Amino acid sequence: MNVKFIIMNTRDNCATALEDIDQGEEVDYNGKKFKINQSIPLGHKFALNDIKQEKYVIKYGQRIGIATEDIKLGDWIHTHNIISYYLKELLNQ
Amino acid sequence: MNEEFMGYERSNGKVGIRNKIAIIPSVVCVNHIAEQIANKLDDAIAIKHPLGCGQFGPDYNNTFRTLVGLGSNPNIYGVVVIGLGCENLKSRVLAKNLRRTKKPVEFFDVQDIKGGSTAAIEHGIKIGNQMRQEANELKKETFDFSNLVLGLECGGSDSISGISANPTVGIVSDRIIELGGTSILPEFTEWIGTEHLLIERAINESVAHKIHNTITGFVENLKDLGIDFLGVQPTPGNIEGGLSTIEEKSLGNIAKSGKSPIQGILDYSEPPNTKGLWLMLEPGLDVESMTGLAAAGAQVILMTTGRGSPCGNPVAPVIKLCGNPKTCDWMAENIDVDASQIITGEKTIEELSEILWLKIKKTLNGEQTQAEKLGFEDIAIWRNTASPFQYMHCK
Repeated sequence: MNVKFIIMNTRDNCATALEDIDQGEEVDYNGKKFKINQSIPLGHKFALNDIKQEKYVIKYGQRIGIATEDIKLGDWIHTHNIISYYLKELLNQ
Repeated sequence: MNEEFMGYERSNGKVGIRNKIAIIPSVVCVNHIAEQIANKLDDAIAIKHPLGCGQFGPDYNNTFRTLVGLGSNPNIYGVVVIGLGCENLKSRVLAKNLRRTKKPVEFFDVQDIKGGSTAAIEHGIKIGNQMRQEANELKKETFDFSNLVLGLECGGSDSISGISANPTVGIVSDRIIELGGTSILPEFTEWIGTEHLLIERAINESVAHKIHNTITGFVENLKDLGIDFLGVQPTPGNIEGGLSTIEEKSLGNIAKSGKSPIQGILDYSEPPNTKGLWLMLEPGLDVESMTGLAAAGAQVILMTTGRGSPCGNPVAPVIKLCGNPKTCDWMAENIDVDASQIITGEKTIEELSEILWLKIKKTLNGEQTQAEKLGFEDIAIWRNTASPFQYMHCK
């Protein structure tokens, strides 16, 4: 069965789940096949590429946060592995 | 394709999509009188509000500007202003400002009418009926979209709004601006974290500075008050729904504004003086927001909702768009456009924007929105300025 997800912009390195996705389900994204590494609830995000620590996570074609650890293709992306760069900059002021 | 809609031309050149009579109380004390008059007239609305007495300085100006704006909206054919007589927001001054639009405006104070509230209601109905008859003489004509001002609102948002209904509205807003029209994005609390993007879209340096100063000024105010607003954004509910950062949340909000360049920031209820996309100062409270949009001259408001919201506006029809399948089912009577097919994968955002476009055209041409049919005529005026009373505390 095809996993339902949406990619808001062609520049994005994450996709948003349009249904609850189980760990181990396979995604076919433009011929690129990969497995989902953790279960992803509806509305949550997963990685479309490997994203190195300190690199930006992109959604809507824009930076939504910085990876706080290395994120692998198919990983769930949320508050455990990204933080707001806006808040980071603000707190550093 | 030649995009047009049917509307009513006003004496000041603006175009209305409704032809209502507005009964505007200058002060809270005559709300009931205004409502009783509106109830007895065809296609009339009462702009009930809790203000008008004991206001001064910027607080007075803000309320005054909003009431003038609501009455000036081109969806209103004519206005009957009702004062009590002893308030400082005078019916006469309100009427004088409303007459700048060249539309029919009458006013009276209840204390000047012998016979109390019953006589005042009868007097108001008489004036209103005369105005109604004149309004009915007016015929609709064809206009292009450069005459349209669109309000962009979201309320009761969930994690789905930002990936479905909001970007759908963004496409439609861009389309209206390409056709020479105007859009207004309120809710500055949901611009936070995206100011660099809004600044990039500013038409010049001065607008860029204003955007920067507005947002940093708000963040500084919070710091001064010791409020860790950003520490609680996104909210626990947002995080549970999948929003990871304030940037992601705000991006979902500003998606409603599409990609168009930003002409400037309007004060609350301030009408834009050029076409294109404008931001409006307003703190993200739905009814206050839509009141400000209607006062700024929006003839129609698009409101996205995830969790569902019934509210409407008496002056500008509100079209509700919802991306959440459960809400579209449970609150079907409060939703105009079901955008849940984006989530189910049956339709793309582009396809949904076509459906929304057709709905907007029908609404412009007179079809009632769900909030209109159900009688939602909500008004709340944002008091965004210092009042000496707000610092009072019991010791």
